[in-house]
Amino acid sequence: MSLLSVRDLTVKFAMRDNTVTALNQISFDLGKGERLGIVGESGAGKSITGFSLMNLISKPGFIDNGKILFEGQDIVQMSDADLRTIRGNRMAMIFQDPMVTLNPVLTIGQQMVETLQAHRDLTRQDAEKIAVMKLREVYIPSPEDRLNQYPHELSGGMRQRIIIAIALLLDPQLIIADEPTTALDVTIQADIMELLLELCQSNNVGLILITHDLGVVSQMTERTLVMYAGRIIEAGRTREIINDPQHPYTQGLINALPQQTLPGHRLKQIPGNMPSLANVPPGCPFSPRCDYAVDLCRTTLPKIVSYGQVEVACHEVERLHADDAAQEQSA
Amino acid sequence: MKDMAPEQPLLELRNLEKRFELDRGFLETIKFRGGKVIREKREVHAVNNVTLGVERGEALCVVGESGCGKSTVARLVAGLLTPSGGEIHYDGARIDTLSRKAMLPLRKKMQMIFQNPYASLNPRMTIQQALEEPVRHHNPSLSRSAVRDKVADVMRSVGVDPSWSKRYPHEFSGGQRQRIAIARALTVDPEFIIADEPISALDVSIQAQVLNLMLEAKEQRGLTYLFITHDLSVVQHFGTRVVVLYLGSICELADTATLFSNPKHPYTRALLSAVPQLNDDKPNHIRLKGEIPTPINLPQGCPFQSRCAYANERCRVEQPRPLQQSGGGMVACHAVEEDRID
Amino acid sequence: MSSLTTNSEPSRWARMMSSNMAYSFRRNPVAMVSMAVFLLIAVAAVFSPLIAPFNPYDPANIDIMNSELPPAWVAGSDPQFALGTDDQGRDLWSTILYGTRLSLIIGLCAVAVQAFLGISIGLISGYVGGRVDSVLMRLADIQLSFSTLMVAIIFLAVTQAMFGSEVFNQYAVFMLIAVIGIAEWPQYARTVRATVLAEKKKEYVDSARVLGFGPLRIMVRHILPNSLSPIFVISTVQVANAIISEASLSFLGLGMPPSQPSLGSLISSGFDYIFSGSWWITAIPGVVLVVLVLVINLLGDWMRDVLNPKLYKG
Repeated sequence: MSLLSVRDLTVKFAMRDNTVTALNQISFDLGKGERLGIVGESGAGKSITGFSLMNLISKPGFIDNGKILFEGQDIVQMSDADLRTIRGNRMAMIFQDPMVTLNPVLTIGQQMVETLQAHRDLTRQDAEKIAVMKLREVYIPSPEDRLNQYPHELSGGMRQRIIIAIALLLDPQLIIADEPTTALDVTIQADIMELLLELCQSNNVGLILITHDLGVVSQMTERTLVMYAGRIIEAGRTREIINDPQHPYTQGLINALPQQTLPGHRLKQIPGNMPSLANVPPGCPFSPRCDYAVDLCRTTLPKIVSYGQVEVACHEVERLHADDAAQEQSA
Repeated sequence: MKDMAPEQPLLELRNLEKRFELDRGFLETIKFRGGKVIREKREVHAVNNVTLGVERGEALCVVGESGCGKSTVARLVAGLLTPSGGEIHYDGARIDTLSRKAMLPLRKKMQMIFQNPYASLNPRMTIQQALEEPVRHHNPSLSRSAVRDKVADVMRSVGVDPSWSKRYPHEFSGGQRQRIAIARALTVDPEFIIADEPISALDVSIQAQVLNLMLEAKEQRGLTYLFITHDLSVVQHFGTRVVVLYLGSICELADTATLFSNPKHPYTRALLSAVPQLNDDKPNHIRLKGEIPTPINLPQGCPFQSRCAYANERCRVEQPRPLQQSGGGMVACHAVEEDRID
Repeated sequence: MSSLTTNSEPSRWARMMSSNMAYSFRRNPVAMVSMAVFLLIAVAAVFSPLIAPFNPYDPANIDIMNSELPPAWVAGSDPQFALGTDDQGRDLWSTILYGTRLSLIIGLCAVAVQAFLGISIGLISGYVGGRVDSVLMRLADIQLSFSTLMVAIIFLAVTQAMFGSEVFNQYAVFMLIAVIGIAEWPQYARTVRATVLAEKKKEYVDSARVLGFGPLRIMVRHILPNSLSPIFVISTVQVANAIISEASLSFLGLGMPPSQPSLGSLISSGFDYIFSGSWWITAIPGVVLVVLVLVINLLGDWMRDVLNPKLYKG
């Protein structure tokens, strides 16, 4: 049985005059200890996916349809009391901004002990012992002293390490990390990512990494979902998707990176913008920006189907593939 | 620099310094320490002794992590901040001491593009108003229709339909706003553009659009850029030369190709190795000890010593000076000078 | 750029109606009722010469024999005077209409004076900063440490004593506007300064500076239009406050003379007769004053809720 299994998840937001579909029939599975990347640009729905997995969607948003089976239990149907036993305990979340996640008026120790005591029947001394152990696991120097410090006394990288330590406190089965290093510098980002990878591997913890950075996904995850305008448009093993993307959007996203072009030359850009969720074009949502779009794309939504090593939602994937092959031959 | 560049650089920074006072009022300077009341002023050393030149027609990239002073350099050059020391020369003339009125003719030549397209356009002005304002201000004699034509031209050149000019900034997406912000800078026909992280607030597919636009403008108008960024892949693509800053001091200055193929300074090496690559599975970066110290009351010696694997006694007492390298660049590192690396 | 080509311009009116403000107004019954009541009072006051059956300023219209007649629903009334008459025999309905007009004019003009002074000082203080800021804000602190009424009472009492009540009564409207206007500018100055400090850090201000615009242009063209929301909010509260201040001063005999009564002086003049049974001379203008101030404050509350982005997002 897989650790997490999401089926036809649809999330809507009730706006002033209408409802907006932010997530449209998302389905995917995550095995125990598997690391999954969710990639997309802002507005693609990747953060909403993360929040809805924890059933943390707040008004005006709501889960309209679908199932989220975590260890066989449906999170969508669960009572608040049952949810609390899962959140932070079996499933933990790491957010983008480490300054906002930690409570500024409590010491690190208080926050860690509080989390532990909320889920386990522990004395204060025992809880502190566990806290120190977890801080050591994330390579925080002199962890005993850190317990008495306040978040503002620590640097951004240190704070994000502590957040990871808090996420790991109760030995969760799954960590959802929403852009965990976007607010950090490159050198610190590399450290944090390496740490997260190491911890997930050594503890056999599942990871869902939400990011816009294809480089990070490539280094961290085994499988990847690419999202566009609230839908999954391509899914498969990370290596396959990075090396041989099938959907024109994924191709565009990878080709638009400066590394993919000779210095000083024009980058291969995708024209236009991501549609706003209130105004998604009919048919394939990517069709107005797509070079390969035909009439069918503008009217009919493509289903996500297996193609080669990956699953992809594109009508023209075969033609695209033939084109690529021809290009490679001529080159 | 002089023997290297046959003609005078367009922009020259000489021993540029910027310090920000942390304790501004008299009461804030009074501290209670060790049973005694003392008076102490803390300062942030944002930019320390930076000397560099920007040649005509090049795109000089300034890279570094947050707090390294790269944005401060941009703001000093743009005249938004006054230096605490040193000089800024533009086209042979000193500009950091000029009054606002005396700067006015220079404003036409030197423009700036900002990081956040959501904040750099006045939300209460239509695009038309925002673009016409600088044209009118700098060319009071132009007729109404000439101003309008000029604005429409610039809008077309950045790929924004002039028929949208009656709209307000909030009706545009981030990428379109950044195009409009670029258009605004181009309305006065500048020759030099300071770009402070112009694409870091944008999505990947939009970043490519804006970078292409800036490259086009460079070719068509012969622009010179001072490009501030933290994204090394953009530097590699866009820059002709690169300056690496750490805690307000220059670590290394080199041609882009040289820097990426053969980085010399230990910090540059760590920085390059930390960029997540698409095509290798194993992260294989050089781990740095600790984190960036705060730039308040800097210690003596090399600013990078606390995290450097090669630091020795000399690094702790003597600040390294940028030294000319055989490849044409400059490196400020005792270990490189003494050949202790590799 | 394909998405940029279609779509025609929505009209200004359509844009206004689809704005957040119009939307929340239509969803808020309190705001709608308050607005309706305020408009009713304002229109009645503006057109008082057309609506009122008598002109209370014209002595020829007044007959002392008609004094202290009760309102129409009380025994002993005269059908000519729907709300009865005051101690001088003026029709109370007409006098209230004229009085409301005076109160509104004084309130609005005083707030205009406050706003002009406060916004200018706040803009300069916030934008220039440094010494100028310190000096101006200390001035504001000093001004705030005197209560408005105290300043106004001293000033009005002194001028009344100096020029005599004849001259004073003639210029009472201007005196009240000036004194209420000057006494309350720090409210505006502080609010504007705080907004300017926040706006000044935004990149569009830097962008304007890099384009070489002068400080005056940046303040007026760029920063001020973006600081309007809080100005609107405090303006409503200030209008209500100014109307109350005016009423209080008139009640104390330092405002409008009995020959040109505002709501305050009307209440005051009726106060002497309240124990002789003529409660209506005080009570009816009092109710009008309370309702007027209440609806303005309710509108201000609504506006604060809409324009405060923090509340709006939550």
